Amino acid sequence: MREATTDRASQTGVRTTLRVNNTTHELSTDSRLTLLDALRDVLGLTGTKKGCDQGACGACTVIVDGQRVLSCLTLVAACEGQHVVTIEGLATGDELHPIQAAFLHCDAFQCGYCTPGQILSAVCAVQEVHAGLPSHVTPDVRQTVNASTLTDEEIRERMSGNLCRCAAYPNIVAAVRQVLVSSGARSAKEDGHEALHV
Amino acid sequence: MKPFTFKRAAASDDAVRAVAARPGAMFLAGGTTLVDLMKVDVLTPDTVVGVGHLGMSTIDETDDAMVIGATVTNSQLAWHPVVRDRYPVLAEAILSGATTQLRNMATVAGNILQRTRCSYFRDVHASCNRRQPGSGCDAIEGFNRGHAVLGVSEHCIATHPSDMCVAMVVLDAAVHTMRADGTTRSIPFDELHQAPGDTPHIEVALEHGELITHIVIPHLPAARRSHYLKVRDRASYEFALASAAVVLDLEGDTIRSARLGLGGIATRPWRAIEAEHILTGRTASDDTFRDAAEIALAGAVGREHNHFKIELAKRTIVRAFASVRDVSL
Repeated sequence: MREATTDRASQTGVRTTLRVNNTTHELSTDSRLTLLDALRDVLGLTGTKKGCDQGACGACTVIVDGQRVLSCLTLVAACEGQHVVTIEGLATGDELHPIQAAFLHCDAFQCGYCTPGQILSAVCAVQEVHAGLPSHVTPDVRQTVNASTLTDEEIRERMSGNLCRCAAYPNIVAAVRQVLVSSGARSAKEDGHEALHV
Repeated sequence: MKPFTFKRAAASDDAVRAVAARPGAMFLAGGTTLVDLMKVDVLTPDTVVGVGHLGMSTIDETDDAMVIGATVTNSQLAWHPVVRDRYPVLAEAILSGATTQLRNMATVAGNILQRTRCSYFRDVHASCNRRQPGSGCDAIEGFNRGHAVLGVSEHCIATHPSDMCVAMVVLDAAVHTMRADGTTRSIPFDELHQAPGDTPHIEVALEHGELITHIVIPHLPAARRSHYLKVRDRASYEFALASAAVVLDLEGDTIRSARLGLGGIATRPWRAIEAEHILTGRTASDDTFRDAAEIALAGAVGREHNHFKIELAKRTIVRAFASVRDVSL
């Protein structure tokens, strides 16, 4: 057993190495620190938002090892060796990620607080659709879904983990649809690698 | 959150020893239950042993079963091609629960061991025999609209919240574990979760430090005709008011055998064995399914706000069976 403590005097200290937006960080933190608080308070990446802080609203959504997850329910100590992508890591230089561009084009936000989480969630939702993966509202889980024929109900279900108190939902659905249609020709794998820089 | 020591186990047996050695130690996998409840001081481990990285994350097929690693995520399992093809009830149950973000985090073993969402359990200022034995149950006379009607006791009426477990129990899954003395065992799914009775704080038949390593689901050709129907207040991201996991084996219009699990209405993942038995050999009509539903809910005890669940569950059962009867394979 490796005691993940850095200081004998502090049994609650823990050292964690993780990559965030392609930069490796060695963090020495309190074991209670969530990934959300580590991103915001330790690394200064305040694009990731703290909404409910109890796993209900999705504002803190980030992508860890290619999967969208809630950073508020993730202990940073449990992220050893993992790669985190936040909203700050999505664009390539000045070139916005297609989901970011679609949110602007479709005016898919009002106050903007939920927007980083919505965008990261949408990046993964689009990849999941391109991989053909079903959702709860897919009529038959044996079937693979098709991006070009995906219903609004499907998009809403896939985005249901991200709440928007301004109720910008119709335009969020429109933004996701725009990307699904425009990226339909690309394979899910290509899209995933472009999107996540992994 | 109370302070705790975080340990990264080097291997499964290492993790088991670390937790078994300390009464206040707990395993951490996906964290969607543990971290959540630690934030509200309902769970206060002094040691947290991470097991998410130990490689128990594969889904394998043997000649007669599917073997699912303990830390396979809910998404991984629901989206697995074999699960979708052969056990639609399991894929559907998982996809009906929570959100993609949570399903990407939550593990299969963590789903099995998740705690109730009873609001009195989550509130350290409320009375809850499950959280604090002997303190009473604020739910019985309180706001109990989401609470259980089956498997309840005068000490606790908390609903088991899992969708996945309802599918697991009808599929006769077995939960494989490792104990501190190095021994392993297999526990039938229907014997893992305990009804509250006089000891609502004892939720599962596991020893302290006993680690779920994998889950085995035996092949069941009939499960191709299976379905999970979930009824809830919202279209998405909500716990079940009532749910039914059904498997129907038909020969023409006649039921060769049937399986029925119930969620959202019981204190544990609920298998309605007696209802299954009366379906055998009968015509697969809505009236037959209604007879089974009456038997399944015969022992139900409603409270002030949840009495509606009894009729709701019966209708859910009929609709679930009717929909698998009518599907063409």
